[in-house]
Amino acid sequence: MTVFIDIGALEDIPRQGARVIRTAQGCVAVFRTLDDRVFALDDRCPHKGGPLSEGIVHGDRVTCPLHNWVFDMNSGAAQGADEGAVRTWPVRVEQGRVLISAELVSRPRAA
Amino acid sequence: MKKLVVIGAGMASGRLLEQLFEAAPGEWHVTLFNAEPRGNYNRLMLSPVLSGEKTYEQIVTHDADWYAAHGVDCRFGEPVVRIDRANRAVYSNSGGAPYDALVIATGSAPFIIPVPGSDLPGVVTYRDLEDTNAMIEAGIAGKDAVVIGGGLLGLEAAAGMAARGASVTVVHLMGHLMERQLDPAAGYLLQRDLERRGIKVHCKGATKAILGHGRAEAVLLEDGTVHPADLVCMAVGIRPEVRLANDAHLEVERGIVVDDALRTSDPHIFALGECVEHRGQVFGLVAPLYDQAKVLARTLLGEEAAFRPVQTATKLKVTGCDLYSAGDFAEGEGREDIVFRDPGRGIYKRLVLENDRIIGVVMYGDTADGNWFYGLMKDETDIGEMRDTLIFGPAFQGGTALDPMAAVAALPPEAEICGCNGVCKGTIVAAVQGGAHTLDAVRACTKASGSCGTCTGLVEQVMKLTLGDGFVAPAPAGMCKCTDHSHEDVRRLIKSMGLKSIPAVMQELGWKTVGGCHSCRPALNYYLLAEYPLDYQDDRQSRFVNERNHANIQKDGTYSVVPRMWGGVTTPQELRAIADAAEKYAVPMVKVTGGQRIDLLGVRKQDLPHIWADLNAAGLVSGHAYSKGLRTVKTCVGSEFCRFGTQDSTGLGIRLEKLLWGSWTPHKVKLGVSGCPRNCAEATCKDVGVICVDSGYQISVAGAAGMEVKETEPLASTPCEDEAVEIITAFIQLYRENARYLDRPYKWVAKVGLDWVKEQIADLLTRRALVERFEISQSVYRRDPWAEHSTTTETPRWAPLADLTLEAAE
Repeated sequence: MTVFIDIGALEDIPRQGARVIRTAQGCVAVFRTLDDRVFALDDRCPHKGGPLSEGIVHGDRVTCPLHNWVFDMNSGAAQGADEGAVRTWPVRVEQGRVLISAELVSRPRAA
Repeated sequence: MKKLVVIGAGMASGRLLEQLFEAAPGEWHVTLFNAEPRGNYNRLMLSPVLSGEKTYEQIVTHDADWYAAHGVDCRFGEPVVRIDRANRAVYSNSGGAPYDALVIATGSAPFIIPVPGSDLPGVVTYRDLEDTNAMIEAGIAGKDAVVIGGGLLGLEAAAGMAARGASVTVVHLMGHLMERQLDPAAGYLLQRDLERRGIKVHCKGATKAILGHGRAEAVLLEDGTVHPADLVCMAVGIRPEVRLANDAHLEVERGIVVDDALRTSDPHIFALGECVEHRGQVFGLVAPLYDQAKVLARTLLGEEAAFRPVQTATKLKVTGCDLYSAGDFAEGEGREDIVFRDPGRGIYKRLVLENDRIIGVVMYGDTADGNWFYGLMKDETDIGEMRDTLIFGPAFQGGTALDPMAAVAALPPEAEICGCNGVCKGTIVAAVQGGAHTLDAVRACTKASGSCGTCTGLVEQVMKLTLGDGFVAPAPAGMCKCTDHSHEDVRRLIKSMGLKSIPAVMQELGWKTVGGCHSCRPALNYYLLAEYPLDYQDDRQSRFVNERNHANIQKDGTYSVVPRMWGGVTTPQELRAIADAAEKYAVPMVKVTGGQRIDLLGVRKQDLPHIWADLNAAGLVSGHAYSKGLRTVKTCVGSEFCRFGTQDSTGLGIRLEKLLWGSWTPHKVKLGVSGCPRNCAEATCKDVGVICVDSGYQISVAGAAGMEVKETEPLASTPCEDEAVEIITAFIQLYRENARYLDRPYKWVAKVGLDWVKEQIADLLTRRALVERFEISQSVYRRDPWAEHSTTTETPRWAPLADLTLEAAE
């Protein structure tokens, strides 16, 4: 079962925007949509490493600010002609607080 | 299967193969040799490739899949070196191929005039993709180019190089341009239009030598003129490429001699295209070559067919120069002219008549009726009855009203619409009735408008006539995939429907996506703030990262910080503050920009509000080096210090920058103010440039110095600084209100026309109203963004929301 930890208030993330959290597994972008859904994705575009947290959020998509790759935040998959995916992380909102998977606290296990 | 070997993969042989495979697939196995390392592409489209409007990929006619699907053995990059007629085989350096029938389609080679220096590096020809790429790669922007030869090919090369930013001179031996297709009057109009586009024309110029040490540097003419030239393009003509045929002892005159069935003196060998000579005539335009391909295909399939060259019409594929010519227009006994001139609009039409039949057509400026005249000429129609109104075109015959469709409606089914591919109106009508309801479909099944494309409008009109209301002309493209409304429509509707927020626009105009996309949201945000500066609340989340964070994002996710230096002037205190900030935040690189200020590169996002708090404290504000808005006003020192300065250019630059800064515009805006015509501030490649002269201020606009390089065009002159400022402000506001988002001023001016812009600015009431609206907008936007972002409540929002690495450590 996924264990969640509190990272902050939903109100701290702008609608159609994101905030970054530093984690043991690198930076993760936590997005908030216009209708207050939240998504957590690695803050690193698979194309050239662009910070997705700075992308324009539209619906449940985000566009990388460096070269306009578009990702579906549900799956992390690149859209259109581009191929690739960003890792997504379990995240949810409870009573106005944003909770994220505690596996981000531990270092990635060596393969 | 019988073996067909084809030497040369040009447009003529490509058309032959199409005809052959269509009529009798499987009858011939084809081996295709080509000296160029590629297959068939549309050579007529090399000029758009040269000018950068198209890429090579877009002009490929037959790709690898096509050759594979028809089982063609492609031997590209393998020039044939020998034909063995006795054993019916051809050989390249890497192998041979036997044939039952051989087609020589080696085309033509450019003619190099044998003057001293013609073998210098930097002297090129203009025939194939290699030549085109050589010109592109020579990096001709800003350099001098000379084109020798003012015919079709030479002028297209000249226009293409000019579009790439070269300073081009055309040297032409004859008294006027394109003398084979145009009479002197039309040649003059063409020359005038080219000169307006910045291309210099030197007629009656005989090249004596190409000068240069180690590479071309200039062209010397017989009359002593020297034109500087980093690049020399020879486009004086072509000669049929006949070396293989000569070596094989086929009958060769100027070209390889063929009979009506395109057969050479060897019954197993045929020739096709620009390398042939038929009844004493050689060919350079594409239409007769396609006719040859049709005939040869039937010959190869054992049918009777005979090639009969018809007179062909010529069009020039240079944007903005509309000309049409066909037939014979030399003066002669028994010949009469009907001439129409409208100097104001630059229109010239001339029909040459003999025995009440049209034998020649020359048109310049308005060529819409060209095909109609051409049809009358080809059919030798007696025009005696309509002679009085003939020159006005088909719309005036029989008293029909001035319906734009009437001209096309009046055409008989056998009237030729597409000259390149010889497609007549009836063929297009039949294709449409057979189910081809889009332009692409019509192109696919008839090839109409598929080569040079200049007849696209006519083809669409024929489609419209056939389909009636069922035909929907391609609408202007939607802003993005979220809507079918064009930028212009959306902007108009925002105003007329009083839409004041992005959700309101998306709702009322039926956006197809939730929340738009990265393309439409920034555009909508701009249109709304430009229309309703006082009411609209800027939507930060609809802005691109740079404008949202008021800094330029770099490849590694850090940012660059550029404080404004008004007119490029700074003080020791400011420099000290910048130096302190650079040290305090460990800025990895401090760089002087092209816009006369200092860039601090590599600043982390969470440091941005802090570094700006420090800079603000020293009186520095954002330079908006990231915005679709006013960037810099570059100045020279002007009359304050310079011994040549005529006015206070620095002072004017600072005044303009203090007036315009903070304003959002459709794309970035850069200004330059030079204190004298020496133009040290490089003002004439800016969006707005001012050149100070003794008598005042010369204001020019719509320059560019990016992907494209373009000199500004004069907007107005004034003796008075206040008026100069007013004119410039009005121009910026006109641009803000009318340009499409992401169009720089030069693109916008090209669309609306400089004349229209001048009219608006010249009208004092309009100008003042523009300035007033700009001031209203600036009452909101003329401020430093950092004042509100570097507060104690806002600053933490620039840092990560949480740091789980710290928890991990615990």
